[in-house]
Amino acid sequence: MKKSNTDLAIQMKNICKNFGPIKALQNVNLSIKRGSIHALLGENGAGKTTLMNILYGLYSADCGEIHINGKKVDIKNPSIAIENGIGMVHQHFKLVEKFTAAENIMLGKEVTNKFGILDINRFRDSISKIMNQYGIKVDLDAKIENLSVGTQQRVEILKALYRGADILILDEPTAVLTSQETEELVKTLRDLASTGKTVLIITHKLKEIKASSDFCTIIRKGVCIDTVDVKGSSEIELAEKMVGRNVNLVIEKNKANFGKITFSIYGLNVLKENSKSLKALKNVSLNIRQGEILGIAGVDGNGQKELVHAITGLCKVQSGTIKINGKEIQNKKIKDIIKSKVSVIQEDRLKNAVILDLSVAENSVLEKFSDPPFSQKGILKEKEINKFTDKIIQEYNVFPAGCGKSVIRNLSSGNQQKIVIAREIANNPDLLIAVQPTRGLDIGAIEYVHKILIEQRDKGKAILLISQEFDEIMNLSDTISVLYNGEIVGTFSKENADENEIGLLMAGGSNSEKIH
Amino acid sequence: MKKFIKFLKRPITSTILAILCGFIVSGVILALVGYNPVSAFVSLLNGIFSRPKYIFKVIERSTPIILTGISVAFSFKAGLFNIGAEGQYILGSIAATIVGISFNLHPIFQVPLVVFSGVLAGAIWGVITGFLKAKFGIHEVILGIMLNWIAFHICNFIVNHNLYHKPNSSRTYSINSSGFTMILNTWKRSKDGIEALRKNKLLSDILLKTDLNIGFIVAVLVAMVVWFILKKTTLGFAVRAVGLNPSAAKIAGIGIKRNITSTLAISGAISGLAAALAITGTSPHALYQLVMFENIGFNGLSVALIANSSPIGCIFSGLFFSGLIYGGNSIQSDLNIPSEVISITIGSVLFFVALTKCLPMLIGKFSKRGENHVE
Amino acid sequence: MSNNILSVILTTFMYSTPLVLASLGGVISECSGVINIGIEGMMSFGAFTGACVGYFSGNPWLGLLAGGGAGLMISFLLAIASVRFMADQTISGIALNLIGPGLSLFLCRIFFDGQTTSYSVEHKLPKFFSTIDITTLLALVAVVMVHFVFYKTKWGLRLRAVGEHPAAADTLGVNVYKIRYVCVSLSGFLSGLAGACITLSVVSQFSPATICGQGFIALAAVIFGKWTPFGTYSACLLFAFAQSLTVLFGSSNLIPSEIFNTIPYILTIVVLIFFVGKSVAPKADGIAYSKETR
Repeated sequence: MKKSNTDLAIQMKNICKNFGPIKALQNVNLSIKRGSIHALLGENGAGKTTLMNILYGLYSADCGEIHINGKKVDIKNPSIAIENGIGMVHQHFKLVEKFTAAENIMLGKEVTNKFGILDINRFRDSISKIMNQYGIKVDLDAKIENLSVGTQQRVEILKALYRGADILILDEPTAVLTSQETEELVKTLRDLASTGKTVLIITHKLKEIKASSDFCTIIRKGVCIDTVDVKGSSEIELAEKMVGRNVNLVIEKNKANFGKITFSIYGLNVLKENSKSLKALKNVSLNIRQGEILGIAGVDGNGQKELVHAITGLCKVQSGTIKINGKEIQNKKIKDIIKSKVSVIQEDRLKNAVILDLSVAENSVLEKFSDPPFSQKGILKEKEINKFTDKIIQEYNVFPAGCGKSVIRNLSSGNQQKIVIAREIANNPDLLIAVQPTRGLDIGAIEYVHKILIEQRDKGKAILLISQEFDEIMNLSDTISVLYNGEIVGTFSKENADENEIGLLMAGGSNSEKIH
Repeated sequence: MKKFIKFLKRPITSTILAILCGFIVSGVILALVGYNPVSAFVSLLNGIFSRPKYIFKVIERSTPIILTGISVAFSFKAGLFNIGAEGQYILGSIAATIVGISFNLHPIFQVPLVVFSGVLAGAIWGVITGFLKAKFGIHEVILGIMLNWIAFHICNFIVNHNLYHKPNSSRTYSINSSGFTMILNTWKRSKDGIEALRKNKLLSDILLKTDLNIGFIVAVLVAMVVWFILKKTTLGFAVRAVGLNPSAAKIAGIGIKRNITSTLAISGAISGLAAALAITGTSPHALYQLVMFENIGFNGLSVALIANSSPIGCIFSGLFFSGLIYGGNSIQSDLNIPSEVISITIGSVLFFVALTKCLPMLIGKFSKRGENHVE
Repeated sequence: MSNNILSVILTTFMYSTPLVLASLGGVISECSGVINIGIEGMMSFGAFTGACVGYFSGNPWLGLLAGGGAGLMISFLLAIASVRFMADQTISGIALNLIGPGLSLFLCRIFFDGQTTSYSVEHKLPKFFSTIDITTLLALVAVVMVHFVFYKTKWGLRLRAVGEHPAAADTLGVNVYKIRYVCVSLSGFLSGLAGACITLSVVSQFSPATICGQGFIALAAVIFGKWTPFGTYSACLLFAFAQSLTVLFGSSNLIPSEIFNTIPYILTIVVLIFFVGKSVAPKADGIAYSKETR
């Protein structure tokens, strides 16, 4: 018994955490073996991040105790966690964008002379040692804002290692990575584990758990369901434990029935924001037919944002044409583009799609309040607005049902997204652009969103799907185009799509095999 | 307990709490330097309520700051900080004075003309800020501060200009009396009026001792109109949407730049109106040489903040503000207490407004922390 | 001619000194994430306290220090409200702009026989070569020091991190609250010094018009200078230069002096339009940090 205790890097015993009346965690037990890669699996809101935040000292638990290497510790704040050899890489990186990689790594544990003046050279020596030891390389002098997401993640890992972390917690580490980058990360984590470091991954992706982890603990609704040996469990088994019911991992859809081309882009060039010569999009051309879902595969930051911005009139098109139903819409006013039947389910809902402190009704007509029947001669017609809102609330099963007048902030994220989708679809668009439509939603809501997208496709809409979720692109799209470094580097019909090839193209490999 | 939480969460509760705390602070300060805070408070109340004249003076003085308060509040709704209300006010009064001196039409035309010129001038000052912000992305606070000073010096230029300067004074000529907006102004000076007022003590106190004018009524109307615009019109919808989330508003096809410009134009117009009503409604109906800012616009900031940016609330906070300032004079004259204690009081009230604003949030956090934080 | 140039330079320095100190305080506070709209009020209280202590002690240096202390004291209100209670920084700043002058005039009446103008101090702060105020040099030293601390030391690194991404700093064990407290207090100290500079080296007494708008100009200089010590320093110099030009040419009768007086402000706007692109504030500037919402 004593021996097995020292084998364990972490023991969390009977952890509870309440947020007001909500029981986020109830008597959760977790034991992690030293030198292992341990996954924490659960849906959004299951409590896995809360548990890790407690381990890292960001929250304090209401009851229970934590043992690190067999010794009981009271982790009141991150500093104590760091002292105990715990490092955490958050889902949203905690990096200062204007700082260099070196400054970010150093922050809080600076190398200075006795007057507090930074000693960059001495710091460089010590961090180089770590980079060589674990084979993690970054350009120390580059500013974070100029680094790729994958590199930023490496900076985060270095930050933890630089503080002498023996236990590394990674929160949804692959959410923003390509499959190649993910493979690299898994390799890095394996190397770390082999040198005796303990790795904890929070994730809801089953594939990755299979690929990387030794053990997996499943959490559902704040309760620890089970801890399993990954080798001995199938993806379906894990999924069912996570969701608590039978799940269907494949999206059901009918064969596509394409009509004529409704939307086309030809030779599109767009400059990078705040740049006078660097291009964000280079000669991009694509067509979408009625009843077709075109998926854009690609790593974040390769021109997706600019593509959406160019279509929707948020940024200037340098050259090229964008046509919908034969009408050119490049460089038109945003309002006019919406009126030519282009609708967007925006990526960052809170920032770009809803206004949290307006009512559900007001959010439902955000794009149309100045048009009849919602207003006349500048005066709002509340009756019409409410009628419309009640209709979509009913149609899309928004919960709670009578929420039209309350501020949208009070709705759960899934229900907020329903309002956004309902609003866009109510525009009866000919082109529906969906950017990361399922980010931050739980499995139930994801299934619902997918169902609606396919429904719209079957109604003959042209749909442009942009997503970082590789599986989402592969499962939903009829045609897949790969966007890399501002260029379309390959286009595949669903039947000919090969995951590995697409993954390679996304990472910038092998331009020669371009099929166009 | 639940009822109590609900009670605490109401905005009016926290405002009243803030006002109470503000008085306590200034009371403590008074006590510390050896004055009796209770008698000071009594004297303050006397200075506001003991005579009808006082009450109507307070109302008269409240008009400009209610309006600049609404001006600031309207901008706040669009997420803009209209620190330039002061300059818009000054420019409004310049225009009203010039026009009021230069023209002399029948009151039916003269009054609207003078008032409109003030409104227009204020609006132009607002548009300059709005345009430069929309076009070049310059912070409206810098622009407001600079334009305030430019207005300040233009004002002094006009006051000292041969055409307008009243000899041996530090002000311009008064505007022509056809532009006055006092209530019953000709009657109260007529033979009948003097006769009638002699008999009625109350009325004479109000009419003869104050410049009772239409300003306050206009201010109340403006508050209601602005409330209507914000709640019931597409313009107001757009303003609120831009103020709460500019990015989402832009993507939804609301023209941000146009919105900024029109918001500041309206704000400027309201500040200009405040000035025009002051020039037409209160003696000496003229511009004074400025040594420092009159703070009508700056006080509008405080009025708007105490009112939590509600246009209707601005009426009450404007009256409160004006009551304190006017009543503060009697503290000085009755008890020889420095009237600046009023600035301290208002400042403290504002300070506690900032603090108590967090009250609902803090309470909210304890009562339903859940959803947002479980990940 | 050379006489004119010299006088322009000297007036430039004279005008710029309080602005530099006050806006430097603004830079420190805003870079740590707290907008300080209350500079004006802090300057006012500093100016009065400086004049008052300078008069009663007969020692201008003591007055200067007391002015800084007064600014620090009053800035503590802003710090408590905005750092601890996450209150709206704009509102609490504006509150200080009322409290500062109010308290100054209130106390002025109490200390100086019911008058709102203090008696002249006997000794003003010394001048170098009897031309350049010693405070001018003080201000320059302060700018250089702040620049050095900002970009070369660990405290600067932490301070800027707190203003850009407080959650990042916090998770690395940097005490966000402590840093913000210190920065707001420093900002108050510098603003108080700035006020005392005016009453102890430019003029020699406090009056209601002593501080009228300099705090706001300093605020503008912070944005103008893109939240950097040297940028802000140049902004203040430019502004003071324009003002000294108006003093020089304002005495000629060609253009009315009032119109000439608008030049610094117009110039500032013109410079902003043509030479300074969109200025980007520190990311967390004006946003209260709460451990719960990281």
